[in-house]
Amino acid sequence: MSVARNWRLRAQRYRLVGETCDTCGVKIFPPRDICPECEAPAKTPFAFNGRGEVYSYSTVFHAPEGFEEFAPYTVALVKLDEGPMLTAQLTDVDADDVQIGMPVEMVTRRIHSSGDDGTIIYGYKFRKPLQESA
Amino acid sequence: MRDVAIIGVGQTEVGEHWETSIRHLALGALQAALRDAAVPRVDSLYVGNMLSGELSGQEHLGALVADFAGLRGTEAVKIEAACGSGAAALRVGYIAVAGGLADIVAVVGVEKMTDLSGADTTAALALAADGEYEASQGLSFVAVNALLMRRYMYEYGYDREDFAPFAVNAHRNATNNPAAMFHFPVTAEGFARSKMICDPISLLDSSPICDGAAAVILAPANVAGALSAAPIRVAASAVGTDTLALHDRRDPLVLDGAALSAQRAYAQAGVTPQDIDLFELHDAFSIMAALSLEAAGFAEKGRGVRVALDDEIGTHGRVPIATMGGLKARGHPVGASGVYQVVEVVQQLRGTAGANQVPDAHLGMAQNIGGSGATVTTHILECMGS
Repeated sequence: MSVARNWRLRAQRYRLVGETCDTCGVKIFPPRDICPECEAPAKTPFAFNGRGEVYSYSTVFHAPEGFEEFAPYTVALVKLDEGPMLTAQLTDVDADDVQIGMPVEMVTRRIHSSGDDGTIIYGYKFRKPLQESA
Repeated sequence: MRDVAIIGVGQTEVGEHWETSIRHLALGALQAALRDAAVPRVDSLYVGNMLSGELSGQEHLGALVADFAGLRGTEAVKIEAACGSGAAALRVGYIAVAGGLADIVAVVGVEKMTDLSGADTTAALALAADGEYEASQGLSFVAVNALLMRRYMYEYGYDREDFAPFAVNAHRNATNNPAAMFHFPVTAEGFARSKMICDPISLLDSSPICDGAAAVILAPANVAGALSAAPIRVAASAVGTDTLALHDRRDPLVLDGAALSAQRAYAQAGVTPQDIDLFELHDAFSIMAALSLEAAGFAEKGRGVRVALDDEIGTHGRVPIATMGGLKARGHPVGASGVYQVVEVVQQLRGTAGANQVPDAHLGMAQNIGGSGATVTTHILECMGS
């Protein structure tokens, strides 16, 4: 994937910046500039808190080109606290321990090393929340 | 608007064609359809294909196939809608004939998938999903479907083994289809032991990577009887769309695009699901078969798997599906599958489906899905003169 194609997604990949609809208030991720609920323009940035729960998950044994080094790895649909869903890998978790409804939080991790130029792509993955220290 | 009919069909065997390039695959199917229709030339050609650029290093298939098929000079263009490319191309051909802009139109769906490694092909197929927010996270297209299947099992209380009847039915029917990729039956026990690809999707939930091409010839219905001994009327041709990404759906377990597409088709044809004698659905994965049955109105939400468990999907059942093997066992050369489905519905309506003949088949439906439900094209076909 080209450097520019990844660079322009940096706010989403590193900080989960989506949008909020000023008309109906719905929170939007990934950003799409038009509210999926009321179809009004929705371009006000909104940073999600990075917490949510697993809506569904799967373990990938046969990875696409570029992801073979990680296989097997677990991917999930994560329902964010603020409403929308996104798709991401789970990390720091045993695949057998993953359950639908499990709370997760965003972390920044290496997604893959890209092609011949060796660009390392970072982005969001999700893990079980770390325990609050007593 | 003019009524449109299919006056010829053709297909190549689905399989791993190491000796055959994409142009030869398309040529084989197109020539067979032109022979079947007994027409020497066409006014325009639409080529349904998803991945020729990625997998064969070849785009610009419209002119390529026209030239290669001896139709140099003929209007021709490639149509792409991921795994729904075949039916999307037929839809464009239908519009051309219905709108009176062309009389005789050829539609060919073709895909050549076996030239690259499994990982490369897997990455190419993921182009059907949202590139920036699904595939970029390491999701294969199988993984996208696995997320659906896992949630479906969770919400409705099914086990993985409950999906077995889809594979068993598809393989049983493919055994009698000379053009199918697989000619062996599978059992529920074999399904239970099948190797995991993306948990909970196993090998026997999944359609195979393969090569193939299928073609149909369209003509105005009012001249179809003079051109063909067994013309088949296109009673409906309709498209619905939805988000590419699962995470953007209103409810991921409801294929809104498929429901819209089916409802539009039923309205055009003036029929209901109860009138449909067979349904060639998009069983790229068994979860897609279940969700398609629900979206098209053959089962309530959460009951699609129940239709299969209750033994209603066989050629003599209430809702015959995958009657010639489906995507699962006839094979799923992605951009060609939508045209294969229509060729098979024509075989059923002509009464030439052999051991897999659905009794008294008069009205058949084919529904081809691009991606995990983003572009869905439905065609309803009907015997003419009855």
